[in-house]
Amino acid sequence: MASAAKPIAGTHIFDGAAAQKGYALNAMCFSFNHARNRDEFARDEDAYCDRFGLTEEQRAAVKARSVLQMIAAGGNVYYLAKLAGILGLNVQDLGAQQTGMSVEAFRQMLFDNAKTPQALEAING
Amino acid sequence: MAKVLGGVFTSHVPAIGGAIQRGAENEPYWKPFFDAWPPVRQWLDVQAPDVVVMFYNDHGLNFFLDKMPTFAVGAADVYTNDDEGWGLHPFPIPAGHAALSWAIIEKLVEEEFDITTCQQMLVDHAASIPLALAWPGREAPVRIVPITINTVQHPLPSARRCLALGRAVGKALAEWQGDERIIVMGTGGLSHQLDGERAGFMNPEYDKFCMDNLGPDPDALTQHSIHEMVELSGTQGVEILNWIAARGAMGASVSEVSRTYHIPISNTAAAVMVYETAEATASGAARTEKTPALA
Repeated sequence: MASAAKPIAGTHIFDGAAAQKGYALNAMCFSFNHARNRDEFARDEDAYCDRFGLTEEQRAAVKARSVLQMIAAGGNVYYLAKLAGILGLNVQDLGAQQTGMSVEAFRQMLFDNAKTPQALEAING
Repeated sequence: MAKVLGGVFTSHVPAIGGAIQRGAENEPYWKPFFDAWPPVRQWLDVQAPDVVVMFYNDHGLNFFLDKMPTFAVGAADVYTNDDEGWGLHPFPIPAGHAALSWAIIEKLVEEEFDITTCQQMLVDHAASIPLALAWPGREAPVRIVPITINTVQHPLPSARRCLALGRAVGKALAEWQGDERIIVMGTGGLSHQLDGERAGFMNPEYDKFCMDNLGPDPDALTQHSIHEMVELSGTQGVEILNWIAARGAMGASVSEVSRTYHIPISNTAAAVMVYETAEATASGAARTEKTPALA
């Protein structure tokens, strides 16, 4: 990571190095804005990954459906969300997978964020 | 002379668009968020804006990493929304206001902002959902000027720079010779993080700091570096930059009209706020007197 700032736990800054490393994977995901490309990926995933020249690391991450591996391979979540859509995963599914929680536990954590004193103060103005 | 009447600030979580398209506004999960909107719509009815200058970030509909502008200004009379890949049907997008866009572009470059201009631009959910929330069930009865800020690929512009950009847009609006009634919108946030082991992170304390200060003292929001903002608000919480820029375009003094803060909408701490300017207070009162049905 190019940034000299101290790392933030559990947080991956999508900087120039990541953008360069992840270009092929993100380009593939960007193509999923078009339904015909989503269909083509679903039809022959390997061929579609070939077409975009994914690295071995990126291909393995996609094959494993692992969001953290995709991020490690330079994926950006705004683009990965389009792949997640094909896989039928929403952002709670992605959150659960990345935090190692069940989807139900992850959802509950989101609700519990509303229960802290700080949240109540913000909610009640 | 053109007048900036106020600003509408809102989260733009894609799931909100899904809820609109499913008609889920009254479901228990969604109601607290959608309940924020009747007062906003009432304010919009009274103010009857003709133009929305929309500050938002593109999420990979119009811009990809091949060409990633830090700041881009739409300069078209026609914009469209499109398939973003995860199932939301495109929303109708109102016409653009290219002449005003170019006046803003002239002013921004004069003020030494090296922007990108776009005569073709797809506008994504970060613009379409706020318009659909403000004017439900129809194409918004306004013309738009979309302005995007890169919140995707670091380095991002600083909060200070975004506020200055907004202030320069505000100068262009103040100098615009048309008689349009103009509002701004700033979309995104508040705190949320979709990616990484910290996914699901929210920070109501920081969100409250932003909501409390955005109106009276927007410079307070510029004290944090981008890295600090990521730490405080999450990797996507930095979308507050859009709010900061939009606030900058409203001039020095604003008053808060409404505020709603709700957790969670999807993975996000959601907020909806309206500020108005002195012009709106005066002109809204005048209009309300003339058309009491809108009061």
